Amino acid sequence: MSHCRRVGPRNKDIIIFATAEDHKVPSTVKLPELEPQPGLILPNGEINWNCPCLGGMATGPCGVEFRNAFSCFHYSTAEPKGSDCFELFKTMQNCMKQYPTLYSKDLGEDEENINMPDQPMPDEPSRTKTQQ
Amino acid sequence: MFRFHRIANFAAKSIRPAIKFTTHDKLETQRYLLITHRFYSNKKKDDKTCRKTEPIKEVDKSKLNPSDCKPRDLKPCKPPESIICDRKPVPSLQECPKPNLMSDMPKPDCAWEAAEARQRQRNRIILLLGALLAALSIGTVFLYLKQKHAPVKEKKIKKKHSTTKKRTAHKIPADAREIPKEVPYLLIGGGTTAFSAFRAIKSADPLAKVLVVSSDGYYPYMRPPLSKEIWYSEDVELTKNLEFKQWNGSQRSLFYEPEDFYTKCKDLLASPNGGVAVARGWSISHIDVVAREAYLENGDVIKYDKCLIATGATPKNLDVFEVAEEEVQDHVTVYRDIYDFEFLNRKLEKVKSVAIIGGGFLGSELACSLAHKMKSNQSLKIYQIFKESGNLGKVLPEYLSFWTTDKVKSLGVEVMSEIEVTAAVPKDGKVRLTLSNGEPLLVDQVIVAVGVKPNTQMAEKSDLEVDPDLDGFLVNTELQARSHLYIAGDSACFYDVKLGRRRVEHHDHAVISGRLAGENMTGAAKPYLHQSMFWSDLGPDVGFEAIGIVDSKLPTVGVFAKATDRDNPKALVTTTDEGLRASSEDEIPDECKKFVSKSAEAQKKTLEKRKALSKPREGDGEDFGKGIIFYLRDDIVVGIMLWNVFNRMQVARQVLQDEKKYDDLNEVAKLFNIHEE
Repeated sequence: MSHCRRVGPRNKDIIIFATAEDHKVPSTVKLPELEPQPGLILPNGEINWNCPCLGGMATGPCGVEFRNAFSCFHYSTAEPKGSDCFELFKTMQNCMKQYPTLYSKDLGEDEENINMPDQPMPDEPSRTKTQQ
Repeated sequence: MFRFHRIANFAAKSIRPAIKFTTHDKLETQRYLLITHRFYSNKKKDDKTCRKTEPIKEVDKSKLNPSDCKPRDLKPCKPPESIICDRKPVPSLQECPKPNLMSDMPKPDCAWEAAEARQRQRNRIILLLGALLAALSIGTVFLYLKQKHAPVKEKKIKKKHSTTKKRTAHKIPADAREIPKEVPYLLIGGGTTAFSAFRAIKSADPLAKVLVVSSDGYYPYMRPPLSKEIWYSEDVELTKNLEFKQWNGSQRSLFYEPEDFYTKCKDLLASPNGGVAVARGWSISHIDVVAREAYLENGDVIKYDKCLIATGATPKNLDVFEVAEEEVQDHVTVYRDIYDFEFLNRKLEKVKSVAIIGGGFLGSELACSLAHKMKSNQSLKIYQIFKESGNLGKVLPEYLSFWTTDKVKSLGVEVMSEIEVTAAVPKDGKVRLTLSNGEPLLVDQVIVAVGVKPNTQMAEKSDLEVDPDLDGFLVNTELQARSHLYIAGDSACFYDVKLGRRRVEHHDHAVISGRLAGENMTGAAKPYLHQSMFWSDLGPDVGFEAIGIVDSKLPTVGVFAKATDRDNPKALVTTTDEGLRASSEDEIPDECKKFVSKSAEAQKKTLEKRKALSKPREGDGEDFGKGIIFYLRDDIVVGIMLWNVFNRMQVARQVLQDEKKYDDLNEVAKLFNIHEE
């Protein structure tokens, strides 16, 4: 059974010790839905260039080349998708070759990998204490 | 530079009353002047009438002195002769009696010249005296100021000396001419906020040319690992390269972007696709907001279209160390940046004891991290000294603060709560601290972690407003101080539409506010709505994330996962009763305290009693291992702490968004699934 007590200066702090059984009973509280933080593709179908998932790709020295290539791919109606973007991707690759320390990882990988919005946010030190 | 500002500010402040005085004085003199003026004008009038009554033309020739009409010497050194003679309209027409005596000829030795020389000499003496007086008064003012600033000066000199071993920022580029002098985007400060801002700017405006002027010698990097992960790495090489292992084991650099990412300052304006250039080791002294010009420390002007101030904050030191002898200063450091880390990391190889002053996030995290690092070195002693009654006492409710202190102690840290350092003197190559309980403490190294002060030095000269209570530049909900000027990060005091005016000193706030400022600099006009969070890790048992206003002064409701289910109703009643009784007997409301004088001993007794009551009763299944703590203001949840509960921040945001009074916060806590992993 759960129990509760008051402590602290002027007993201002309440502590509830809740059992797993008590918390299994569904909550009576309904919380409002939050506006979702945009992912890589905005609700209107456009690309969110500010998505943390892109890391520095869209903002780095080859950002413009990357955006051209990626936009082409995203909006491509060719079959297979993106086959009309070869030149743009080549331009991007040539740019990236000039910055080996910056793009060494990305150059080795398939371009499709960039299209993964679930990557950890590159500007956040990770908070995965549970995995410790 | 800071010192210069401080002195400049002080001088401005001390001159201001003087100006006031002179304006008052001026009024007085004006009154006198008015009178004197009136007097003069009367005299003038008299003069005029006098001249009128003495018509020059009708001169009685018989009365004329021959000398009146003698040939006039045109030598400029001769003083003009009598007014009457001088005023004759046509002197040539005047009849002059003869003979023209030789004796009337002007003397070769000009008396007027002598008189003038005398006058000159007198003037020179007056000038000399005046100069002497001015020098004297300036000297006195200078001496006075010097005296006033003696401790500051002393401190600065000593600081310089003590940090000789600590690396300092070099200017890159060394030549100010390489820094662009007209840029579309200027970011002042090169920390996390600036990084987040330029990423947002470049995302919205792909061709943007962004100039960052940073007083740091490094490209933008993240600070949180400096008190946590970086100390847990066993790999010396990794640490040397300023890389660290995240808790999940993956390796990363402190730097947000490698050097290749950035454009060189001198190439920025010519770059067709724009870029981000960082002038490192440089600072901006002030801004002309109207002209949209920022003044580099050397006086160079940088014109901008949009500007962001993200100057961050500087660690505070304690007076007791600031005024201490030089030998003490060599053993004292604050802790904020990479230089501090490198310095401390080097030092720890040699020292046997470290005292960390401060019980907040930084002090507590460092204490735990150093304790971990020194596990292998049993001879190293780590002390943590602070005036609160427990670790993170300003953030955690008291019971949790006590509990955390026990955890920190169990890691091997000697925690000394409710204690302040009252003196520091050198002794045998160490520092001898005198504590407020009268005890001495001999340590090799002192780390001061007592909070930071936002860097608002440029505010006064730039005509920007600083919040008198919270400090930091005042900005609106869009982080805007003036047109085209934004401020974000630690140094911004912003208006949060949900929680009121705030200033936040956390990493996530730097990320979020920097991004918002960057978006707004490119025309987004978005308000601050997305709450920032923060986190802390204290050793393996304690880790938490929090959001909103998390202040231990607020009433709280904590819901913890019960470890076992061994309690019975009887135990519940007795414990609850005990808690209440303790309060009615020993607790005095704050507003009554000034009427009740309680001995220090009695106060200590109360605290001890509270401490005992706060302990989780393991027999009743009480455990502070995992839980949710709600912070209330007027019964509304304004802050939430997720205690050893992770990846539930979204739910916390929803609760804060709701701004509702809840009858039973336990029902809200259910939504966090605290019993699940």
